[in-house]
Amino acid sequence: MTTTPTQPRAARRPTTRDLLTRADPRRRWTDRIMHVVITSAFLVALVPLVSVIWTVVSNGVVRMSPYFLSVSMRGVYGGIDAGGIYHAILGTLLITGLATLISVPVGLMTAIYLVEYGRGPLARAVTFFVDVMTGIPSIVAGLFAYSLFALFLGPGVRLGAVGSVALSVLMIPVVVRSSEEMLRLVPNELREASYALGVPKWLTIIKVVLRTSVAGIITGVMLSVARVIGETAPLLIVAGVIDSINTNLFEGRMMTLPVYVFRQYSQGLVPCSPEAVDCIATINYDRAWGAALALIVIVMLLNLVARLIARYFAPKTGH
Amino acid sequence: MAQRIDLKDLNVYYGSFLAVADVSMTIEPRSVTAFIGPSGCGKSTLLRTLNRMHEVIPGARVGGTVEMDGVDLYGSDVDAVAVRRQIGMVFQRPNPFPTMSIAENVLAGVRLNNSRIGKDEASELVERSLQGANLWNEVKDRLDRPGSSLSGGQQQRLCIARAIAVKPQVLLMDEPCSALDPISTLAIEDLIADLRSEYTIVIVTHNMQQAARVSDRTGFFNIAGTGKPGKLIEMDDTRTMFSTPSEQATEDYISGRFG
Ligand SMILES: Nc1ncnc2c1ncn2[C@@H]1O[C@H](COP(=O)(O)OP(=O)(O)OP(=O)(O)O)[C@@H](O)[C@H]1O
Ligand SMILES: [Mg+2]
Repeated sequence: MTTTPTQPRAARRPTTRDLLTRADPRRRWTDRIMHVVITSAFLVALVPLVSVIWTVVSNGVVRMSPYFLSVSMRGVYGGIDAGGIYHAILGTLLITGLATLISVPVGLMTAIYLVEYGRGPLARAVTFFVDVMTGIPSIVAGLFAYSLFALFLGPGVRLGAVGSVALSVLMIPVVVRSSEEMLRLVPNELREASYALGVPKWLTIIKVVLRTSVAGIITGVMLSVARVIGETAPLLIVAGVIDSINTNLFEGRMMTLPVYVFRQYSQGLVPCSPEAVDCIATINYDRAWGAALALIVIVMLLNLVARLIARYFAPKTGH
Repeated sequence: MAQRIDLKDLNVYYGSFLAVADVSMTIEPRSVTAFIGPSGCGKSTLLRTLNRMHEVIPGARVGGTVEMDGVDLYGSDVDAVAVRRQIGMVFQRPNPFPTMSIAENVLAGVRLNNSRIGKDEASELVERSLQGANLWNEVKDRLDRPGSSLSGGQQQRLCIARAIAVKPQVLLMDEPCSALDPISTLAIEDLIADLRSEYTIVIVTHNMQQAARVSDRTGFFNIAGTGKPGKLIEMDDTRTMFSTPSEQATEDYISGRFG
């Protein structure tokens, strides 16, 4: 036997320092690559977003002014430097407001039924129809609302309220879905805590379940408003086109911002004669962009308000 | 006024699964009854049938009778909500309402029922209930902070305060101390001793010493195997149960020689 000293086994074992510090090079590379991929995906997603906002803002400010916001299109013709969107802003707020007033109670109560009461075939049928409704094209919703009202008020009916009904058809499934999700997030323990105090089910739903989830429900309603406030096709059919102010949802046509944008854009360039001083050839496009900007600002403001309300109602966390 | 509760041939189901079978027992008024037994033998399930919380679970049902002072709690003219007002419950996991402050949590039983209560009366009720649950000194300076800002043990005592604030006749407690430190546990045990003179208390516990310390009577439950229903093995005075139980299984379980 030779007497070469064998290495002690312990020396070949990695030390604690080795185990804790030796970084796996493959994992490090994967980490770096994924980091780059995710960041670039984020930037790619940002490109259209930023460019849309940039385009709308830069084109929209051309005509944006207190005057533009405070007058209608009544008596405006050709390329004259006049006209505004006051009537369309009013129409959009009124029609969307009534649509929200219809959709939130119906949608919320449906969601409450599905989460708190619904069992068996009826609940499954409701869920199925809500899913189907989510996919209804907006033009179909418009035609539906039209034919519904035409039954009672005769053909050719055009009212702001019909527009609200059309938008409700689009809004209700979104409200149901988002509220349902929020209600399901409320832990069962809270319901049981309430029942154990001798609180009836309906009061538990109102004062515990809804109260706990109200912040999320408001966010969902806001999303559904944003979903329908830019709808054009159904409103073109049932609310129509008009140049003057109409604040009555139940009589006469009503202009809305998206329809206004469509209308202005479809009128195209104004053929100005060279000697006309008060003629702007691109006025229709400029007005369209201005109305588009106003629509985006309205959605952002509504979002802001909803966020503030939601924050006020959010469950209080400690510390 | 506390009342006695009589269980007769009680069978408790989850859908078609029989969780607890053939339980007959008497729960004496103004005393503490402890339920002990291995995990899964149906202690919580049985406890929840006593205030009709069991039927909240879809598919859950009960056979047999639970009589409080001769009135069947499952009778057709009995209202589950009214039952729960008389028979309060403290759950295994603390569940304060996250949207409410500490004081509002204590008042929840009153406020959620839309009952009017004066300001002075309310603050008096808050103080008395929190003192009863041994929490007053820790929270008296921050009654308007959210209930979820408390530690787990404090939250559990808040839930006890909430349960006694509605002044039930019977108080059901499902392992109320499993999230508490020894000092809070002792406080709850003292509280149970105090409440005994006015309330009927049923407590589920895995802590043998606790059952021996706080209860007057003890029921031992066991289960033959998974999927089998839990059964009441025997029920007797706590002292008898812990010194000379009549069943071998009880003695094995209590002395820790189980399984
Ligand atoms: N919601 C439920 N649906 C169906 N089965 C259930 C439900 N809750 C409990 N069970 C079953 O009922 C049996 C009794 O459960 P239970 O919670 O009453 O046991 P326990 O004695 O309280 O146990 P532990 O000491 O672990 O709390 C178990 O087999 C359990 O799986
Ligand atoms: Mg249990």
